[in-house]
Amino acid sequence: MNGFAIQFLHGLSMTVLVAAVSGVLGTAVGLAGAASKLSAYRIPMWLAEIYTTVIRGVPELLVILLIYFGGTAAITFVIGRYVEISALSAGVIALTVVFGAYSTEIFRGAILSIPRGQWEAASSIGLKSWQIWLLVILPQMVRVALPAFCNLWISLLKDTALISVVGLTDIMRVAFVGAGSMRAPLTFYLAASALYLLLTSLSLLAFRMIEQHFVVPGQLR
Amino acid sequence: MRNRSAITPVLRGVTLTAHRHEVICILGSSGSGKSTLLRCLNLLEVPNRGRMWALGERLKLREAVNGRGGAVLDRRQIQRVRASLGMVFQSFNLWPHRTILENVAEGPTHVLRQPRREAIGVAEQYLAQVGLADRRHHYPRHLSGGQQQRAGIARALAMEPAVLLFDEPTSALDPELTGEVLKVIRSLAEEGRTMLLVTHEIAFAREVSTRAAFMHDGKIEEEGPSQRLFLDPASERLRRFLQSHY
Repeated sequence: MNGFAIQFLHGLSMTVLVAAVSGVLGTAVGLAGAASKLSAYRIPMWLAEIYTTVIRGVPELLVILLIYFGGTAAITFVIGRYVEISALSAGVIALTVVFGAYSTEIFRGAILSIPRGQWEAASSIGLKSWQIWLLVILPQMVRVALPAFCNLWISLLKDTALISVVGLTDIMRVAFVGAGSMRAPLTFYLAASALYLLLTSLSLLAFRMIEQHFVVPGQLR
Repeated sequence: MRNRSAITPVLRGVTLTAHRHEVICILGSSGSGKSTLLRCLNLLEVPNRGRMWALGERLKLREAVNGRGGAVLDRRQIQRVRASLGMVFQSFNLWPHRTILENVAEGPTHVLRQPRREAIGVAEQYLAQVGLADRRHHYPRHLSGGQQQRAGIARALAMEPAVLLFDEPTSALDPELTGEVLKVIRSLAEEGRTMLLVTHEIAFAREVSTRAAFMHDGKIEEEGPSQRLFLDPASERLRRFLQSHY
């Protein structure tokens, strides 16, 4: 059992690593997706629409498997000899793609909640588009997006459990192996649950603090 | 200049020239296209056809073709022109996540690229001019409508614009708050600033403007020096419009 404490620690760091990297990359994808969906140009709008429709329409587990096996097939095809995509990058890419699709919709809604006059006032003093995004839109949309975004982050943390299917040693994998070899499934699965609960609780706390930071004085909470 | 919204043309052949130190007010009933005209001037709306000059520059615009609306061809140019046309909105459009000092300093800081301290100085000066020096650290939500609009005027002034555009600046205000805003606008007119003012405050318009234009159905029905236009309108429609507003 003591040997598994170290294993669990490794699993924990793997879970955190995968979640953090795909969370950050997925947020960037989501912002780009939302901007494309709201763009005046048709091609980026359609591409973003297809992306969110497909990804949200397919189970996450399948996305992971498709990227793992599809990615290997694609790289092999391009390079010309058999190269296997690493489980870690497959997992991160898959979760990024999933996170990006859902966060696209969250960000789109948040952007739409900002009145048109806010953009107009910003462009009327001659600010460039990127300045308008950075100074006026982002700070206001964060407040609107945070509750749903926090939900999504927590669900990403738990979705990382799915990457154990491609062989990554995360919390879930350690629990599964331990449960089998030590013949104590309940103990191991309870330990894994406690670890996930720890991560999600810490996240909730962090988001509470971020939310307070973005409160506009005088505005309803 | 022509502009078409999704359904019907809003502006149909409007020609208007503003010279330095003129205060032009644009009158007309709702839906006559006066706000659209003003919004076309700094290209918050892009006309489908027509030519525009601002500060001696011909604006580079693409005409509408095959269902695609008119568009801006040179964004840099438009940003430069917008920076020199101060716009005051009917619904203030202050940024709620910033204090009014920050609202006013934003343009000088990020568009005019003044050093932070200098931009704050400019912002404080204009907030003082509109009587809000003591409120500068307040957020828009903590101010009355009249105070918010005065902050909006200060925000436009801080860009040191060549022309000020007012889009029904008092229409969203309670009657007892319009006075304080009109007082600020009047003092700006007395400074000799070039202004275009869309308003329903006929008495005020008559008092401050040097020239006036009356719009009806997307066209300028009559235009001329205020003294003549208000006292002796040629158009029957303007005559009736003026009577109904006194």
